[in-house]
Amino acid sequence: MESPLAGYLLVAALLFAIGLAGALVRRNAILVLIGIELMLNAANLNLIAFWRYGPHPEALTGMMFAIFSIAVAAAEAAVGLGLVISIYRHANTTELDKMNRMKG
Amino acid sequence: MSPIFYLLAVLTLGGGLAAVTLKHLVHCALATTVAFAGLALLFLQLDAQFAGFAQILVYIGAVAILIVFAILLTRGSDLPKEGVFSKTWPVGLVIAAAVFAVLGWAVLQSVHAVPLQTAAPSVTVHDIGVALVGRYVLPLEIVALLLTAATIGAVIVAMHEKERTR
Repeated sequence: MESPLAGYLLVAALLFAIGLAGALVRRNAILVLIGIELMLNAANLNLIAFWRYGPHPEALTGMMFAIFSIAVAAAEAAVGLGLVISIYRHANTTELDKMNRMKG
Repeated sequence: MSPIFYLLAVLTLGGGLAAVTLKHLVHCALATTVAFAGLALLFLQLDAQFAGFAQILVYIGAVAILIVFAILLTRGSDLPKEGVFSKTWPVGLVIAAAVFAVLGWAVLQSVHAVPLQTAAPSVTVHDIGVALVGRYVLPLEIVALLLTAATIGAVIVAMHEKERTR
């Protein structure tokens, strides 16, 4: 492959697809959260790759976007895993198929 | 493309693939950590040292530990009887493959769309700090507020209830 940017973008696309597949096919809520984290990371890789190979890297736009995205993803992970623990306490399971009641 | 890139790509994608296919949740968490580490090394390979080390600190240091805690607190190490994949897994696989096909097609179509910056950018941590408190100070404050709210919210959501109201 002659273009390094295309290589990084393809790796990010494949990682995004893997994360999406994980979020869609697994039964466990924690694995779904892991899949979402992989998707967010793939987006970060895209941002950094475009920052590196795009024009004006000294403006730091893509880098800043990735750093803020990492911070937001950390907040998302904390809330998501807190929700999983809370649901486990109510329903005694983390299997998504068994969470079929709207009423607590 | 350097051989290091291919090595790191295989490490990252292998970690990600193992994370979504392995049976035991603890193994999945370990494989996720491998994928996060591979991504951090890819960031370093892209001359984004600050983002790479932030990735190591936040993902390997915090998110992986959070995932392991959640697995242990929910007794997720027990294997379910029905298997680890949902009943509709072929649909999920087809959707993911379709998304990858579209993304890969778009990337390969636009290989020569923009001229590439080949010289490595020289960005120091000093530049990033100045940008964070200068041009990006409002997003920085919003992220600080968001992290505070998310931490408090996660504690409130996961806090043990004293008594059931039912």
